[in-house]
Amino acid sequence: MHDLLLPVIVAAFVAACASLLGSFAILKRMALVGDAMSHVALPGMGLALLFKFNPYIGAVAFLLVAVVGIWIVQYRSALSIDTIVGVFFTTSLAVGALITPDQDLLEALFGNIAELTVFESAISIIMSVVLIAAIIHIRKKLTLSMISGEIAHSVGINTSRLEFVFLLIFALSVALGIRFVGALLMGSLVIIPAASAKNIAKSLKTFLIWSVVFGVFAATLGMWIAYSRKVAPGPVFILISACLFAASLVVRQVKKAAS
Amino acid sequence: MNILEVNALNIDIAGSRVLDNINFSVEKGEVLAVIGPNGAGKTVLLKALIGLLKCSGSIKWAGGIKKGYVPQRMDIETDVPLTVTEFFRLHESAPSINRIKEVLTFVHLDARILKSGFGEISVGQRQRILVAWSVLGNPDVLLFDEPTADIDVAGQESIYNMLYHLQKNLGLTIILVSHDLNVVYRHAHTVLCLNRKNMCFGKPKDVLTPDQLLGLYGGDKAFFEHHHNH
Repeated sequence: MHDLLLPVIVAAFVAACASLLGSFAILKRMALVGDAMSHVALPGMGLALLFKFNPYIGAVAFLLVAVVGIWIVQYRSALSIDTIVGVFFTTSLAVGALITPDQDLLEALFGNIAELTVFESAISIIMSVVLIAAIIHIRKKLTLSMISGEIAHSVGINTSRLEFVFLLIFALSVALGIRFVGALLMGSLVIIPAASAKNIAKSLKTFLIWSVVFGVFAATLGMWIAYSRKVAPGPVFILISACLFAASLVVRQVKKAAS
Repeated sequence: MNILEVNALNIDIAGSRVLDNINFSVEKGEVLAVIGPNGAGKTVLLKALIGLLKCSGSIKWAGGIKKGYVPQRMDIETDVPLTVTEFFRLHESAPSINRIKEVLTFVHLDARILKSGFGEISVGQRQRILVAWSVLGNPDVLLFDEPTADIDVAGQESIYNMLYHLQKNLGLTIILVSHDLNVVYRHAHTVLCLNRKNMCFGKPKDVLTPDQLLGLYGGDKAFFEHHHNH
């Protein structure tokens, strides 16, 4: 049981960070970007594994390139973000799948948080805390620019810079979460807890709190089940999150019927 | 004293000219109404005035002017998890609840609305909330882009009354896009008629002549001539 404690703590922190971020991604209606980014991380991890350096560094490098790419596309080209996601990012998933060594592919795709060293765990926790603090710090500006970019601009918020900072935080969170749930499921780590929270929350405060509660709960329970059943934690996490989502949907319908 | 001077303003969007050689000025404390048919560039002009769009020519605001902006439309989901109170709290001035209630009275809204969801209130109510929100920053000038649809006539009328109260009580300068010529006639000090270029600029009774309006909105003239031929 002692072996489990550290990975559970890491998972809880990573999930808290991802689900908090996911709340803003949902507000901004960019739920798919998390998926896209995690796909981009795969070739980076593949190259890193091929050349035998830390896959995390490979993932971060590729993600940073993706962030700049997304940002430029949004501000400089007429292509919609959906098109970019559909073409470019799935292509990078295909490339990643080809260049990642076979024995590592499953881990890269579905994650394996139990393999983290103590050092890596500490880095993950510290990064989660830093990213959470960053999101909380810019939450008001972020919300305002998501409600209306024009109003945000009119009160002096540099919306394109804010967008860049948000995407940067997004990329780093994806890099964090990829060790936990893997490249294929990372998008869900970001989105499902927030989507569930949106079903039951009316205020921003409760939305953010529920999102983090759902994320952390699913991560901890998922780790425990995965450990005791000896299965990969990522898919278990997603299944628990999906159950929570279904429950939140019921609550939403009941509330609607009552009002 | 002029609070705003616009000279030889041109705006191109996606390679085509949307506004061509616009010239006008606004005095402190006055109400300027911008009128014109759909697609005349009224919203574009307002966006350019707050610096949202690239343009050539000059837009000169008086020094230290604070601007409040109320956009024409917001793309908001009805179930957005944000209460009206929370929306007010997004303002950089971090307003107290008393201050929020104060600006609510300016726009003739009851404090009960604070607990409602920002997406579930009516378009007209949200428009007032936005006005109240922009007043939080004690602006010198309010740029108000009137929503074209979704508000009934009575609702529109009371929004105008509210705006003119604000202008009187707070000494605000107001630049508003309007579709209602009656309102413009009664309340605006100056009118800017726009149809991609400056069609007229001046006092309502001087510039809102039948000929001007025909030129601005087009429309009936061709039909009448056609009718006479038969």
